[in-house]
Amino acid sequence: MASGVLVFAEQREGKFRKVAYELLNIGKQIADKLGGPLSAVVVGKGVKDLAGSLGKLGAQKVYVVDSDFLALYSTEGYASAVASAVKQADPAVVLTGNTAMGKDLTPRVSAKLGVGMATDCTALEVANGKLVATRPVYSGKCYIKVEFAGSPQIVSVRPNTYPVAQETGGSAEVVNVDAGISADAVKAKVKEVVKTGEGKIELTEAERIVSGGRGIKDKANFKILFDLADVIKAAVGASRAAVDSGYAVPDMQVGQTGKVVNPSLYMAFGISGAIQHLAGMRTSKVIVAVNKDPEAPIFQKADYGIVDDLFKVVPIMTEEFKKLLSE
Amino acid sequence: MKVLVCMKQTPDTEATIKITSDGKGIEEQNIKWIMSPYDEFAVEEAIRIKEKQGGETVVVTVGTDRVVESMRTALAMGMDRGVHCSDPAFQGSDALATAKILASVIKAEKPDLVLCGRQAIDFDQAQVPSYLAELLGWPQVYAVAKLELQQGKAVCNRRIEGGEEIVETSLPAVITCDKGLNEPRYASLPGIMKAKKKEIKKWALAQTGLGANEVGAQGAKVKVVQYLPLPERPPGKVFKEMDTAEMVKQVVKLLREEAKVI
Repeated sequence: MASGVLVFAEQREGKFRKVAYELLNIGKQIADKLGGPLSAVVVGKGVKDLAGSLGKLGAQKVYVVDSDFLALYSTEGYASAVASAVKQADPAVVLTGNTAMGKDLTPRVSAKLGVGMATDCTALEVANGKLVATRPVYSGKCYIKVEFAGSPQIVSVRPNTYPVAQETGGSAEVVNVDAGISADAVKAKVKEVVKTGEGKIELTEAERIVSGGRGIKDKANFKILFDLADVIKAAVGASRAAVDSGYAVPDMQVGQTGKVVNPSLYMAFGISGAIQHLAGMRTSKVIVAVNKDPEAPIFQKADYGIVDDLFKVVPIMTEEFKKLLSE
Repeated sequence: MKVLVCMKQTPDTEATIKITSDGKGIEEQNIKWIMSPYDEFAVEEAIRIKEKQGGETVVVTVGTDRVVESMRTALAMGMDRGVHCSDPAFQGSDALATAKILASVIKAEKPDLVLCGRQAIDFDQAQVPSYLAELLGWPQVYAVAKLELQQGKAVCNRRIEGGEEIVETSLPAVITCDKGLNEPRYASLPGIMKAKKKEIKKWALAQTGLGANEVGAQGAKVKVVQYLPLPERPPGKVFKEMDTAEMVKQVVKLLREEAKVI
């Protein structure tokens, strides 16, 4: 009988994504309520030692699918690998992160197992021995609660929803699993990974975000936001208007047609707050808005607002944060 | 090359969403319905492929009679013909059931390439394309911002955290379209006139070869138990008409002492 929780611990180049640690935390809480073990699955090449390290974070068993052809992500390779691990682990719940990889992988795994799934969930609870998942719909204008008719119950979780798991000092049993597919059978292959944001904090994982909109007026003016972001260790985002005007690159876009972010602090400079932008940042814990226009809709969503010229506000704010953080 | 596009009609991004009094759905009257914006990228790409190398373009959708209007928009943009999957038994289908219906059309149409939007902007699930690819046994590439077709294969750029993956896939394949792939055209007036005469084939349960219990609410593996409004955000503290430095100091202080995020 299916029991416990299996977490897909996403790694790229031998490093786990932060969301993997977040899933171990919420996974443990769900496993405690449902009964059964917390386990993890790691897919890649040469990832056995890395996999073992998850024992310290509460995983009792780690299923490892290790093969040369899994060095780079492929939907077919990874989906087959994860589905094999699910069959062996027989969990009641499978958790993945709603990352670029998770968005592609999770429904394909669900399809292989012939079950449904819930995407991009922002709250998970257990009721009557079953998982209930809450997720935003209609661009975050409302939420739905969903339940599952089959088993396992598969859920992808929005990054930054839960804190990361704390070290327990435990250790995990490592179990090797066959990928269930040969390298030749993979029809869509990653040929190359082009890095554009090396060393930058990834928006979807950032604890703090500083974002610029149309009000920033020029590409060069983003520098003041980067300076502010450096001081408070924030990632830098942009509204669609800023991207469409060429002030920022598409990778920086927050919103419906860009990235969905979920930081503790989101600071919007010169962003009016169109519904498409709100869809991408509405779940931020604290929102700060700075805009010249007192009627800008962003002020209705902001916890703190300043009605003033961002070019006057930002340099002063950078200095104030510097002072505060050096204390 | 024959390209098939799976399209969904969704509420306009600007639409106000009101939950029904029983909490089981949304109030659908007074909503302006549109083709999901990511599906426009798929329609545009299909038309460009045909313009470049010839072939045929087919648009497919699942839904009530209401969705035909959005299908006509795709035909007015330049798609050749449509298939409208409609049957009372389809009501309440989840992503897997929808994919089964679409897969039945794809098996009959035998396209070389299936294009979808990255996700529909109502439920934002991005599930149907993957279910579809698995049901067909085809490769998939998700969220493609650049697509190049070569002999029997496609080279796709897709955005990942901090960069891009270049993915090469054999055809046929399911490819989902992201912002940046192209700039969708507007339907021209002659296009709109022509679209009125283009064929839209009906596709009901009998044509799918599926059982009534495999689709619709009966076949759903995921059940929506409740719709919830957004939690009320308490009104924020907005400073204005004061000295800039003073306002900034206040906010920085609140971020540390009240919000505790710095």
